Amino acid sequence: MSDVDLANDYVEVELETLPLDAWHRARGGRMVPFAGYHMPVQYEGIMAEHLWVRESAGLFDVSHMGQLVLSGEGLDDELEKLIPADVRGVKPNGQKYSLLLAENGGILDDLMFTRWEDGLYMVVNGAVKYEDIGHLRDHLPDAITLNHMDEQALLALQGPKAVDALSRIVPGVETLVFMTGGHFDWNGTKLWISRSGYTGEDGFEISVPGEKAAALADALTAEPEVKPIGLGARDSLRLEADLPLYGHDLDPETTPIMAALNFAVASKRRREEANFPGAERILIEREQGAVIRRVGLLVEGRQPVREGAAVLDADGSEVGKVTSGGFAPTLGAPIAMAYVPAAMAEPGTVIQLNQRGKVHQATVAAMPFVPHRYVRGAK
Amino acid sequence: MRYFTEDHEWVDVDGDIGTVGITDYAQGQLGDIVFVDVPEEGKTVAKGDEAAVVESVKAASDVYSPVSGTVIEGNAALADEPGMVNEDADGEGWFFKLTLSDLDELEDLMDEAKYEAFVAKL
Repeated sequence: MSDVDLANDYVEVELETLPLDAWHRARGGRMVPFAGYHMPVQYEGIMAEHLWVRESAGLFDVSHMGQLVLSGEGLDDELEKLIPADVRGVKPNGQKYSLLLAENGGILDDLMFTRWEDGLYMVVNGAVKYEDIGHLRDHLPDAITLNHMDEQALLALQGPKAVDALSRIVPGVETLVFMTGGHFDWNGTKLWISRSGYTGEDGFEISVPGEKAAALADALTAEPEVKPIGLGARDSLRLEADLPLYGHDLDPETTPIMAALNFAVASKRRREEANFPGAERILIEREQGAVIRRVGLLVEGRQPVREGAAVLDADGSEVGKVTSGGFAPTLGAPIAMAYVPAAMAEPGTVIQLNQRGKVHQATVAAMPFVPHRYVRGAK
Repeated sequence: MRYFTEDHEWVDVDGDIGTVGITDYAQGQLGDIVFVDVPEEGKTVAKGDEAAVVESVKAASDVYSPVSGTVIEGNAALADEPGMVNEDADGEGWFFKLTLSDLDELEDLMDEAKYEAFVAKL
């Protein structure tokens, strides 16, 4: 017996450890190489962990992600030259999703940023954080300071009962709404907490000094609603929630419109100014539609169709690729994300996939596969 | 008598009939199994051939035939209940039965004690 398609995040470099390494091992976490670190892929099992997050609350260690603070005169305008978001329009403690774009409009990374009193706090993907930092340093003027907070751990508490558990430990977090954050004090430790995440559920992301991360993880998992959850369930949860994963569903060959992330270019001012990288191409695609587009697929039968499988046209020619795929525990069926020609992108379209010589039927589905349950504020 | 491969398959031999499965260690490594594809009756397999597919939530794996022979039955129950491999890899979660074409091939396989020692070093 042998694996036929291990996740290709596995890298041949010396692995580093994160602040919660021993904490995971002590709790039976099965550690695997991920984004250059040892990370827990599962504890009791991906299926059970996934379902636990959907019904209660799960604690994820995402300390491999890059936490950056940008500050300096003219920051908003300078950052707007690199991402399509309305940076100026983000209010204090407001959080926004955006994309770091290459000159041709290709996606270099996806990210979240929040307005702090003295700058912008940004979270970028772990696998490309050093490339992102290099890109930001190269393209932002010297007046902008970039601080990589590599001593900070990042925890995510996700699920419908996350607010019950966290508000017992850190009162006040219940007043946050989706895509806002705040500074909080936990027994003398400063925490930055935002109401956001990567599962489609309500939940929080918590930035904590690395040396306090284990104590906070202990306090959170002591709450009856909370269990530690590995990266395996994080992947299946985000897939069900239509949240693309950089390096798989997004890369420099894809644009925001190809990736069906039109909401990332929602600012009318930014579109009119058209001064973000690749604006000309992206705005044409926004008007006319991209030639290929990311869609969700419900796969017939029980066998998962995974990253790398080919999308076939009626003649059996390859016209697209599956970029993520697996078994959706909430649905009890295999699902996938794929890039397909625009003519095949309408929900309900039946398409064929070829995985290792075997043809599978799939139907383009409305996404997300599982409804989001964010706690939004009044507009 | 049960024999084991280094790839974590087992074959239980009775006369010239073998029943093939994956070991409890293997199912534990795979995690939640969501799909199993077993070979059809009449298929001939050579020792080491990819004979079945097992998929967990996170990965797909090939199952190799520990011996050569002709498949006489695939475990049809696994189509609807792939999780049976997690629950009972050594028993109800068997993959297929075959008629062995070369009993001498068994000499290359490990017995249970050797397999347990092999797994203990992993």
